[in-house]
Amino acid sequence: MSQANLLERPNLLERRSVVNQLLAQRKDAVVVGGLGASTYDIAAAGDHDRNFYLWGAMGGAVMIGLGVALAQPKLPVVVITGDGEMLMGMGSLATVGLQKPGNLTIIVLDNEVYGETGGQASHTAGTADLVGIARACGIADVRAISTMAEVEAFASSMQDISSGPRFASIKIDSANLERVLASRDGGFIVTRIRGALGFGPI
Amino acid sequence: MHARTDAPSETAAEATPSWPEDIFVILQRFEVRQVPYVPDAGHSQLIERVLGTPSMRAVPLTTEEEGVALLAGAWAGGQRGVLLMQSSGVGNCVNMLSLTQIFHFPFLTLVTMRGEWGEFNPWQVPMGSSTAGVFELSGIKVLRASHPEEVREVVEAAAGQAYNACTPTAVLLSQRLIGAKVFTK
Repeated sequence: MSQANLLERPNLLERRSVVNQLLAQRKDAVVVGGLGASTYDIAAAGDHDRNFYLWGAMGGAVMIGLGVALAQPKLPVVVITGDGEMLMGMGSLATVGLQKPGNLTIIVLDNEVYGETGGQASHTAGTADLVGIARACGIADVRAISTMAEVEAFASSMQDISSGPRFASIKIDSANLERVLASRDGGFIVTRIRGALGFGPI
Repeated sequence: MHARTDAPSETAAEATPSWPEDIFVILQRFEVRQVPYVPDAGHSQLIERVLGTPSMRAVPLTTEEEGVALLAGAWAGGQRGVLLMQSSGVGNCVNMLSLTQIFHFPFLTLVTMRGEWGEFNPWQVPMGSSTAGVFELSGIKVLRASHPEEVREVVEAAAGQAYNACTPTAVLLSQRLIGAKVFTK
């Protein structure tokens, strides 16, 4: 499907509203943002010392989230990434399916394009079904979300650290929004998260 | 059909080498908690030990780069880890190894070598030949152990500099140490 067609599709959700809703009651959650617009969306919802912004490592967002989730099983860990980033790390869904961390939530903001690079169509615009892939990898709680009411319900389920892992694909419109630039300093980002969790520098 | 033997000779001691246990003891002492791996015959004894240890979480991967990202997340969450893989997996990690320089986290990987020391399979040779170079270009310090009696001190030094000084480090466990894989019809 072309970008023009996508923009014309009615009822697609707006990414910043979705992420604002997801994070409005985040409480103690650690939030990992994948390379690209999802990191800007998380920053736009408000900087936070438990935000794990990625500016590279494409395909690594889910695994970074898994590492945090296994280390901190009593904290909700939420990965918010895009369809292109998720497609590059598809195997990590199989790894999560095997580990079954109850506290891990994976959310794909699916606009069916590579928005950062000119809007080229991604595989989800054609044949790839990320919800089906996540289910087939052994993640039991998988959802295709298309309304803000579903987003709201899903946001509260993220706080349940015993019923994950869970996966949601949220179809969003492909409008390119103004970038909200999070910190790009990896040392700062990780040290800040560790500090918030009670860990000092070496 | 192929079979592994612990070449060159099959005495009982060589069939169950003690160096994997030396590595396990060091990992325990450094409180390593997450152990992502892509299986390799040379790591099989260590993987079995980790799988049987409740304080350690073995995490089988679909590709090695997952392990680099996992260890970055583990460190953010307050845990240490080690990535176990074979030399052919190092090439799969290249872009993800950027994380070691971006986050300055204590990255340690133990790599069993193929493509050297009597290798039968030519397909293992290109990546095995560039393994050390790929790590060095990626800013990872490389140490090597080629004999059973030196594994302990090499892995101890590697763990020390990785976990105490956040110096990303790879230990190459030579094919000479592990034994060349024997292929028979």
